[in-house]
Amino acid sequence: MQLPPRPAPVTDVNTMVPGEPLIAFDDVHIGFDEKEVLSGISFEVWPGETKILLGESGSGKTLLMKMAAGLLEADAGRIWVMGHDIGGMSEEELLDFRRHLGFVFQEGALFDSMTVAENVAFRLREENVAEAEIDGHVREALRFVEMEDTLEKYPAELSGGMRRRVSIARALVDRPPLVFYDSPTAGLDPVTSQTIITLILRGRDLQGVTSLMATHRVQDAFGLSSFSFDRASGRVIRSDGNGKQTAGTEAQQKGGPVTNVLVLRGGKIYFEGPAEKLLHSSDDYLKMFMASAE
Amino acid sequence: MPQTGETLSPLAVIGDAAKRQLFSLQDYSLLAMSSVANIFTPPYYWSDVIEQMDFIGIGSLPIVLIIGFFIGAVLLLQTASQFERFGGTALTGDAVALALVRELGPTITAIVIAGRNASGMASELGSMIVTEQVDAMRALGTDPIRKLVTPRVVATTLVLPLLVAVADFVGLIGGFVVAHFTLRLGAVQFWTRAIDALAPGDIVQGMVKPLIFGFVIATIGCHQGLRVKGGTQGVGRATTSAVVLSSVTVIVLDAFLSRILLYAFHT
Repeated sequence: MQLPPRPAPVTDVNTMVPGEPLIAFDDVHIGFDEKEVLSGISFEVWPGETKILLGESGSGKTLLMKMAAGLLEADAGRIWVMGHDIGGMSEEELLDFRRHLGFVFQEGALFDSMTVAENVAFRLREENVAEAEIDGHVREALRFVEMEDTLEKYPAELSGGMRRRVSIARALVDRPPLVFYDSPTAGLDPVTSQTIITLILRGRDLQGVTSLMATHRVQDAFGLSSFSFDRASGRVIRSDGNGKQTAGTEAQQKGGPVTNVLVLRGGKIYFEGPAEKLLHSSDDYLKMFMASAE
Repeated sequence: MPQTGETLSPLAVIGDAAKRQLFSLQDYSLLAMSSVANIFTPPYYWSDVIEQMDFIGIGSLPIVLIIGFFIGAVLLLQTASQFERFGGTALTGDAVALALVRELGPTITAIVIAGRNASGMASELGSMIVTEQVDAMRALGTDPIRKLVTPRVVATTLVLPLLVAVADFVGLIGGFVVAHFTLRLGAVQFWTRAIDALAPGDIVQGMVKPLIFGFVIATIGCHQGLRVKGGTQGVGRATTSAVVLSSVTVIVLDAFLSRILLYAFHT
């Protein structure tokens, strides 16, 4: 049955203001049962930047990501994403707005009643893209994550790592400018985790994706800041330590590194800066994090 | 919020519980209103509606056929034993037709559908909440109420009157089979009396009730599913609550609807 065309999005990615951050948190607070989980959070993510949220389990990383995607509402403070103050948007406006974002959930959150192909095609079908075009986009996205041979499989037939890869394909299928990765390597073996990090590198360096990634693995932060994906050779290569291989990004033009780390502790930002600075920090708590990477 | 160790007065406990129930009722009302409002604005998910109609309608048909047949049969056995005492067995057709069409057909079928489908909706949507599939849907720019709730509500509301019509018909067949073998009533005698006993108002009553029951069953099932908290244990609790709440609501609503409809049709 032919669906009627969806209404045009009320938000427009072209409204992004050049020279402005893609995400900006200003004194954001959120809590549950009268207990504040995050308090006074302020930070920015610039176009082209990869911001890594490091923190222990329960430190509020997922909450922060969900607030940035408009899936949760902050108790206080303001959040701007792509030039929009998302705190003032209705759920209907947010639904249209989220069509410009990609979100990879911790366990993949694939629709278990749909095949891999249907999962990846979900957003395209919602946008009423022609079926003939959808097939091409789905295959391309699955080829990107090296999962093209699982088109007709159901999520239950896939391993945890494969589900995350399909989830990345679903998030990247219509090339959103901003992608959220919620602990994409949690619970995976080191080899599969490295595969996931390589995919995030490819998204960043081949598609110019700006991203916010939550993780409790410091290795992920160093993987993203120390390596980049070389388009010419098609391989991961060591970069200058700040992920500066990505050329022409706004974050770089502002003189900053493109990969930054933000450590959450006790509901507040404990550290913010490049991974190199984190590595050489003399702070006991940060050293403990470093030790976990060894 | 009281600190740990602080004793709560019974009044405060009752107040908290009442507040929670009120919030839940408010949530339910908003969900029910949204599910209806979505019918009038795009995007529409007709293929999901048809899929749900198939699952709820065709899927429930065998159980509705069996239950309808035996309810009709038992109803006739019970009424016949009374009518036989004053030689009025010919009236059993009237009694079975009226009881089935006005009351037992809609109510029993609704309870069967509540048991089978409200639980299914609560567990399916609850599992989707637990595995973040509902959040994933929102993150992909799709309204979960529009995509998941509205098709289930529309399908149940449309399909339940049809299932009730089937239950009524096989119930009358069940009644006739028993009447034929126990009372030696002829087909013409039974069916003429059964059909003549029914006024248009009875048919309307019998069809209005399942429309409302269908809406209530689906909205309660979906509401219980979407408010799941606490993992798989929460899904189990939501499933049980969905069946209990929807069955009780059907029975309670039936009493009020019967009064209103009897008044409306002066029967």
